[in-house]
Amino acid sequence: MPPITVTQDLVLAVAELSQLNIDGADIDDYAVDMTKVLALVEQMHGVDTSGIAPMSNPTDASQQLRADEVTETDQRERFQAIAPETDGGFYLVPRVVE
Amino acid sequence: MSELHDKTISQLLLDLDNKAFSSVELTGHYLDRIERLDPAINSYITVLREPALARAAAMDVARQKGIHPPLAGIPIAHKDIICTQGVRTSAGSRMLDNFIAPYNATLVEQLNDAGVVTLGKTNMDEFAMGSSNENSYYGPVRNPWRADRVPGGSSGGSAASLAAGLCAATTGTDTGGSIRQPAAFCGITGLKPTYGRVSRWGVIAYASSLDQAGPMARTAEDAAHLLQAMAGFDHRDSTSINQPVPDYLAQINGSIKGLKIGICTEYFDEGLDDDIRTAVMAAAKTLESMGAILSEVSLPNTQHAIPAYYVIAPAECSSNLARYDGVRFGYRCADPESIEDLYKRSRSEGFGREVKSRIMVGTFALSAGYYEAYYRKAQQIRRLISADFSQVFDQVDYILGPTTPSTAFKLGEKVDDQVAMYLQDIYTIAVNLAGLPAISIPAGQSQGLPIGLQLIGRHLDEGGLLKVAHNFQQASDWHAQRPNDGQ
Repeated sequence: MPPITVTQDLVLAVAELSQLNIDGADIDDYAVDMTKVLALVEQMHGVDTSGIAPMSNPTDASQQLRADEVTETDQRERFQAIAPETDGGFYLVPRVVE
Repeated sequence: MSELHDKTISQLLLDLDNKAFSSVELTGHYLDRIERLDPAINSYITVLREPALARAAAMDVARQKGIHPPLAGIPIAHKDIICTQGVRTSAGSRMLDNFIAPYNATLVEQLNDAGVVTLGKTNMDEFAMGSSNENSYYGPVRNPWRADRVPGGSSGGSAASLAAGLCAATTGTDTGGSIRQPAAFCGITGLKPTYGRVSRWGVIAYASSLDQAGPMARTAEDAAHLLQAMAGFDHRDSTSINQPVPDYLAQINGSIKGLKIGICTEYFDEGLDDDIRTAVMAAAKTLESMGAILSEVSLPNTQHAIPAYYVIAPAECSSNLARYDGVRFGYRCADPESIEDLYKRSRSEGFGREVKSRIMVGTFALSAGYYEAYYRKAQQIRRLISADFSQVFDQVDYILGPTTPSTAFKLGEKVDDQVAMYLQDIYTIAVNLAGLPAISIPAGQSQGLPIGLQLIGRHLDEGGLLKVAHNFQQASDWHAQRPNDGQ
């Protein structure tokens, strides 16, 4: 994998995927920062990992399963009390369908 | 006799039993110190004066009745990434500045059941991303040892509050060194338990396969007091380890005679400060004089730990932080024009620069065309790093080295150099990738600043680590040194 130089277009594409607004002079700042971080992680590509299984859990444990039973009670009011805007049990957002 | 605020939990429990003072008096003493001294340190985001005094009074009543939980009336603080019901839990971020946690984290419940008094919530790098506590929405924390120095991060407020005598112990979280590095910088004891030993339920997620909460305390014995309450299986955390919790306080008093301690050659590279090298080797000799058997060991993939971490952690961060959308809780931008504007502006205004940078790197590493070369590759390297440790633990019981390459650096010194900041975690990060327990304890000073010694153990051997640390603290007094606050 050749070293990556992060361009303005790549910053904007990743910002879109990340649901972030990055504009103006910030685009170049992020491009420089991301290029440096990717250069730091670049040395990974010199390591021979053929035949090595990826490790996603540090104790190699699989996730615990529990019985398929309802254990939680309805706490909608409690959790909506901290929401920015609600109405009649619904979360309010700007109109999506015209 | 040490000052009230410098006493260990073990001493405080004896004094409370002997009625030398009440928990209300002790709690009031800490609260007064916080009010007087913390404006210059900034270690607390939220102080819970009235609830703490009420809780202390209740614990005094319980103690008088003679039936009380083990840590009744001991005043502690929680890192502000740990959910505390009815209390703001900000994670050091504008995003959660208005977030009142609707429930307690499991570890908070456990410590409450053990009788602690919660003084407040401590400052931290935003969403635990940082090594200097300069990435907080609530401003940087200053190191009590010297005001122009950082306390380390991300649990910088926890470490600084303890070093300044503003609590008896604290909780922290450690994803790449965030308990151990600030513990080293502030001259306290910090334990990162085995991944899954302490429940992550109610601990705001940064990188879920690395995050682990643990105790920060004055001594290994005090850390054992806290871990005893915090450790254990939790059915609400699907990665929690279902193994019995040993009696850590009983374990720490064992002898270290005959224990094999490996000195990791890769941790004594050219980047290490000379005073730290000397102090850590002197500490190793102390352990040898107490009967430990020293040898050299090698972890050849150490150099790949930081690259692998800075793919895995940002990738998991980008996924975990996708939940902050301005809809259900947390920051919402003013007058959103569309749903997309709501998401993007809430996130752009709510997150700080470093958090956005890690979300961007992580999103890139997980995106189509790059996933195999970055995320999968990093997870393969993670296995190589883990295998290094397994091989070494066939030869020795513990691995010894420095916690950090330098002592506390100056505020502002590394803020413009992200990669230099990342390299701070060079000796701590591999431990998280392998899910191992590790402890940092004070082992010297350089120009008046504390030096940290790191010990790494096998999975679930927290008791053994605490034993080695406790033995060292019986033979040294670095852990008893305090910064001079003139108060």
